[in-house]
Amino acid sequence: MTLNLKVWRQSGADSAGSLEAVVAHGISPEMSFLEMLDLVNERLVHDGKLPIEFDSDCREGICGTCSLTINGKAHGPDLGTAVCQLHMRSFSDGDTIVIEPFRARAFPVVKDLVVDRAALDRIIQAGGYNSVTTGPHADANATLISKPDADAAFEAATCIGCGACVAACPNSSASLFTSAKLTQFAKLPQGQPERDIRTIRMVTTMDDEGFGNCSNIGECEAVCPKGISINNISRMRRDYVRAVLRTGGRVTES
Amino acid sequence: MTKLESKVPEGPLHEKWDNRKHHYGLVSPNNKKKHTIIVVGTGLAGASSAASLAEMGYKVKNFCISDSPRRAHSIAAQGGINANKNYPNDGDSTWGLFYDTIKGGDYRSREANTYRLAQLSSNIIDQAVAQGVPFAREYGGELATRSFGGALVSRTFYARGQTGQQLLLGAYGALMRQVDGGNCEMFAHREMLDLVMVDGRARGIITRNLFTGALERHAADAVVLCTGGYGRAYFLSTNAVNSNATAAWRCHKRGALMANPSYVQIHPTCIPASTEYQSKRTLMSESLRNDGRIWVPKNKEDVGKPPNSIPPEDRDYYLERKYPAFGNLVPRDVASRNAHYMVKQGYGVGPLRNAVYLDFSTAIKEKGKAAIEAKYGNLFDMYQKITDENPYEQPMRIFPAVHYVMGGLWVDYDLMSNLPGLFVAGEANFSDHGANRLGASALMQGLADGYFIVPASVSNYLATERFNLTPVKDDQAEFKAVEKDVRANIDELLKLNELALKKPAEERRTVIDIYSELGKILWDDVGIERTAEGLEHALEAIPRLREEFYSGVLIPGSDDTFNKYLEIAGRVADFLEVGELMARDALDRDESCGCHFRADHQTPKGEALRNDEDFAYVAAWEYKGRGEKPVLHKEELEFEFVELKQRSYE
Repeated sequence: MTLNLKVWRQSGADSAGSLEAVVAHGISPEMSFLEMLDLVNERLVHDGKLPIEFDSDCREGICGTCSLTINGKAHGPDLGTAVCQLHMRSFSDGDTIVIEPFRARAFPVVKDLVVDRAALDRIIQAGGYNSVTTGPHADANATLISKPDADAAFEAATCIGCGACVAACPNSSASLFTSAKLTQFAKLPQGQPERDIRTIRMVTTMDDEGFGNCSNIGECEAVCPKGISINNISRMRRDYVRAVLRTGGRVTES
Repeated sequence: MTKLESKVPEGPLHEKWDNRKHHYGLVSPNNKKKHTIIVVGTGLAGASSAASLAEMGYKVKNFCISDSPRRAHSIAAQGGINANKNYPNDGDSTWGLFYDTIKGGDYRSREANTYRLAQLSSNIIDQAVAQGVPFAREYGGELATRSFGGALVSRTFYARGQTGQQLLLGAYGALMRQVDGGNCEMFAHREMLDLVMVDGRARGIITRNLFTGALERHAADAVVLCTGGYGRAYFLSTNAVNSNATAAWRCHKRGALMANPSYVQIHPTCIPASTEYQSKRTLMSESLRNDGRIWVPKNKEDVGKPPNSIPPEDRDYYLERKYPAFGNLVPRDVASRNAHYMVKQGYGVGPLRNAVYLDFSTAIKEKGKAAIEAKYGNLFDMYQKITDENPYEQPMRIFPAVHYVMGGLWVDYDLMSNLPGLFVAGEANFSDHGANRLGASALMQGLADGYFIVPASVSNYLATERFNLTPVKDDQAEFKAVEKDVRANIDELLKLNELALKKPAEERRTVIDIYSELGKILWDDVGIERTAEGLEHALEAIPRLREEFYSGVLIPGSDDTFNKYLEIAGRVADFLEVGELMARDALDRDESCGCHFRADHQTPKGEALRNDEDFAYVAAWEYKGRGEKPVLHKEELEFEFVELKQRSYE
């Protein structure tokens, strides 16, 4: 196949960027999208040009590193897939493909298609864990957890932290990301002691980092490679109200 | 001459770790905050080490090659984590897990290390559950387990097919809690490029900021290396794109010994390659072998037919035929070798005839589609996304791929390398798996090292050596000198591009091109089956390729910005040396053991034939310079408690 790529090129966070046309020829439908870019880069390098910078790591959809917006969709046209698992058989010969980075104020561009998503780490830092210390703990079977609760916690915990939800949201909200982590702990007995403080701190940090508010558009759920449900956001809101009522909105640093 | 002292404690096997812990020195609470510890890596071993050390009160500096610590490649581990809880009451015990692990490793690991691993396994599950890791549960609310290769009991805990992800996120959470509390400073998108030794001790590192290209110096009282394995030397492997050997290899160049580099595990159940441009191979969890049956057509003329059209009597379930006791659950090395053999004999299936079938039709018939979906749903989805074939309806095609390395930097029982103050944990060390690792044991080892061993042994080092640990600053001469070396290294790489541009256009090769050729040499000559001729070929071909690399290779761009090709170039330069050492070690070990299968040393039934008399040792290599012959040091393995036997899974 031959594809007409329009790729976002930007030399650094402070410089202006623009779309650049690159023709990708000889592409096989079996290749993954990133392998197609690898091949394009090899040819650019042979022609003495700078390769297109993009980041990826596991290339099996679990590490959350790859972060491309393809034809306006975070992770591209296939649903439930990170871009590393998108294959060229999803495109047709002669297609024009626009490739941009994940765009959000909280995700500054590093170069070309690479963005810095450290803001998501700082949300986790504000309470996305149980405060337990390494050492002896009660036997793992001492607390029974019903299978539906364990499964619900697991479903929420499958978030890979890619930030597609933020990139897809017109408000650049990180609500799906934050609420998924909150749900994981809210569904487990181990998560109860810090439930209120965790909710308030993580939601506050999300706002402070420059992410927008959620206005129930649902784009986040549509692009999430792990199919994380928007119901988590409703849960987060209920928990936030509950937490404010119970604590008076005051949190002490953990 | 470096003398290798394993420092294994005295006493009966089950008392050794307790004895050692009782004798470990402690650092007083006031003094802990005066010590800085560098932890490189944020996978299971790195995140758990950094979090646990910071919790204890040390000042920790943690370095991560990705843009976030949560992306470390431990996240991709699918199947599970072993622990001898014996919840299913099927006869498991510490001894049982220890014995399976040491036998699975073909008696090439230290008894005491492997036993300690089994002892700690149970604590890891308790730790993870307290953190809120959502393991699979039964309807009664108790934890679920499943079976894995090389074991006859059900001791593998799992979170669907994403166990590594959930355990890593648990450790990452613990780590971020310490970042929040100010005890741990996080340095993301940093690559460690060298180790700084002061007065014979590891006292710091030089890193490169991968976003800006800036070099940075960091000083500490101890360095803990948790940087994973060197499996990406093969170019095509299941390891992540950024997994590499550089941090460990630069320590090796500073004097740390590299042990058993030829022990490389080839995972049996991976999706076969489909095009020549493939960048990596994707693993399908070994847990699939619980319910999947592996077969190839009995008749060569059937290999091109649709699998469902081949009647059961024309299928060769070769693992069940050859190993009736373990069947499809033989250890990884045995499963890989057999698949390789079947394909080589012309029974390979799929468009490129490079695969065997992994078939779920029997399990779906017996247990129902819903049960199979609940257990493996995400793996089936992943398979379908990559191959466009539905594994509920037709068998998966699988073929082995490089997956894990048992070799790594040599460490003693305290996980300290031969360089004082340099500790190595997780896949980066050579420690517990011998010549082959059992499934679901990597997560166990990474977390045993990080949560329980490193915190105790590093504390002991700081307590007992406190008068020898003179204050160091990152602007003193040793740091400047090493930074200068790193600078020179990068400049050398940038110059290679200029040299390449002077070559005629048709002779110019990119760094990726060289890398992929190295991978082919290693896969062909230092892969599943090795011969003396093949290894000798590799020992000629790799230095030749290295010469070509240094004669000029395309590495575009500059070093003061994000530059993936430059990152890869540095790693390839190291892999070109790692690969040679792997071949040398494999040639030198003139026996078969576990994953190291020399075609000229096999039993009449085609199993690895060990030579315990001459080779029951750890081969630890000392670096002597690029292209120079390394020096071999041997640590003899003593087996006090287990009897060395020919492995049999029949």
